[in-house]
Amino acid sequence: MSTVSIRALNKFYGTFQALRGIDLEIAKGEVVCVIGPSGSGKSTLIRCINRLEEFSRDSAILVDGIPVVAGRSLAKVRAEVGMVFQNFNLFPHLTVRENVMLAPRRVRGTSRAEAANHANALLARVGIAEQADKYPEKLSGGQQQRVAIARALAMEPQVLLFDEPTSALDPEMVGEVLDVMKALAGTGVTMIVVTHEMGFARQVADRVIFMDGGEVIETGPPEQVLGAPREQRTQNFLSAVLNH
Amino acid sequence: MDVFDTFLNMAVLKRSLPMLLDGLWLTLQLGAASIVAGLVLGLVVALLRLYAVAPVRILMRIYIDIFRSIPLLVLLIVVYYALPFVGLRLTAFVSAMTALTLVSGAYTAEIFRAGIEAIPNGQFEASAALGLSHRHTMFDVILPQAVRIVIPPLTNNSINVVKDTALASVVAMPDLLKQATQAQALAANPTPLIGAALIYLAFLWPLVLLVSYLERHFNSGRRR
Ligand SMILES: Nc1ncnc2c1ncn2[C@@H]1O[C@H](COP(=O)(O)OP(=O)(O)OP(=O)(O)O)[C@@H](O)[C@H]1O
Ligand SMILES: [Mg+2]
Repeated sequence: MSTVSIRALNKFYGTFQALRGIDLEIAKGEVVCVIGPSGSGKSTLIRCINRLEEFSRDSAILVDGIPVVAGRSLAKVRAEVGMVFQNFNLFPHLTVRENVMLAPRRVRGTSRAEAANHANALLARVGIAEQADKYPEKLSGGQQQRVAIARALAMEPQVLLFDEPTSALDPEMVGEVLDVMKALAGTGVTMIVVTHEMGFARQVADRVIFMDGGEVIETGPPEQVLGAPREQRTQNFLSAVLNH
Repeated sequence: MDVFDTFLNMAVLKRSLPMLLDGLWLTLQLGAASIVAGLVLGLVVALLRLYAVAPVRILMRIYIDIFRSIPLLVLLIVVYYALPFVGLRLTAFVSAMTALTLVSGAYTAEIFRAGIEAIPNGQFEASAALGLSHRHTMFDVILPQAVRIVIPPLTNNSINVVKDTALASVVAMPDLLKQATQAQALAANPTPLIGAALIYLAFLWPLVLLVSYLERHFNSGRRR
C-alpha cells in the first residue's frame, strides 16, 4: 500500500486551476523530488497533502490509508505528516528546544521531561544540540532550518514534506541542511521534496517528478528525468536551470 | 497668599483628605474591575470576530462599532437611569462598571484583532502542519506573540478606562471626583478639587510614561 496516494487531484484558486488531475502513488520510505518552473503548482501540490490548502471534492488524497478530509481525521493525518517550510516558520517566542517540544506535548500529551529528552536527541541528530536554549533569532538560517527539521521529526511522522527548504538560505548554509536531509533519506521516512537543488535530486531521490502548468509532465528515476528527459518541456526547463 | 488660601488651602486639604482617599479607593476598584473585565470581554470578542461562524462574526462587528461610537456618558446614563424602566436596577458601581467594560471591551477587541492579524501566516501554517488544535495554536503560538504587540495599546486603553471612571460621579457613585465635589461644597473651598486633580495626575502620569517606554521597548524589540 502506498504511504501517500493522490487521485485525480484538482485545485482551484477561484476560477484559476492550479492543479490539473494529478495522480501519484508514493511508497513507504520513498524519496521524491518535485521540480518545475515557478508557478507550476509544486507548493500547492505538497500543501494539499496535509491540507494546508483545500482541494476539490472530486479529488482524493490518502495518507497511510487515512483520507485527507476536513474534520477529526485531519488531526491524525497532520500528526503523520511533517512539513518544513522555505522560511522556517519557527516560533520566535519559544527557545529552540521548546519549538521542538511543543507539538509532542500538546498533540500527543507527552510529558515535559520525555519531550525535552526527545528534543535534545533530535537536536543532536541535526547537529545543533548546543543551541537548545537559544531563541531562533539568534541562530543562522541554516541552523534555523535544521531546528525546523527537528521540530517536524519530533512528531515521528511517516511523511516529511519540504517546500524549497534551502531557497531562503545563504549559499554557504545550503550544504548543512542538505546533509541533514540526506541522512534522513535512509531512515525509512517518506520524503517529498520540492527543490531546485538538482544535485540533491540526482544523488538522493528515488524518483523525480517534473511539473508544469499544474500537471505532472514526467516522472521517473533521477538519472532518466534529469539525465535523459523524454518530454520537451522537461528538457527546456533543465537546460534553463543548468545554463543559468 | 490669597491664591494659596483659596486653591491650595492646607487646612481644608487635610480635612478633606480622608474623603478623597475613600473616593480614590473606589475609583481604583472601579478602574481595575473594568479593565480586567474589558480585557476578558475584548479577547473573547476578538476571537469570535475573527474565527466564529459568519453570523456571530457580524454580531461582534456590530457590537464593536456600536460601543466605539456611543459616548460613554450617554451609555452610563442609559444603564443607570433607563434600565430600571425595564426592571433592571443596577447599583451605581455595577452600572459604571458595566458601561466602562462594554466600551473598553470594544476597543480591546480591536486591539487584540490587530495584534493577532499582525502575526505572519506562516505561524498559523506551522502550527497546523504540526497538528496543533485551534485552541493550542491560539494559546501556545499566536497569543503569546500578539501580546507583545498589544501591550502598549492595551496600557493606553487602561489609562482611558481609569480616566473615564470619573464619569461615574454623575450616577452618584462616591468616586474620587464625586468625593472631591462634596468636600468642596462642605468646605466652601475648591482645594479638594485641586487635590483630586493632583491625585489623578499622580496615578496616571507614570502610566503615560510607561506607555511611551513600552512603545519604544517593543518597537526596538521587533526591529532587532
Ligand atoms: N493563494 C493563492 N491565490 C491565488 N492563486 C494562487 C495562490 N497560491 C498560488 N497561486 C497560483 O497557483 C499557481 C501555483 O502556485 P505554486 O505556489 O504552487 O507554484 P510553485 O510551483 O510552488 O512556484 P514557485 O517555484 O514559485 O514556488 C501559481 O500560478 C500561483 O500564482
Ligand atoms: Mg512554491
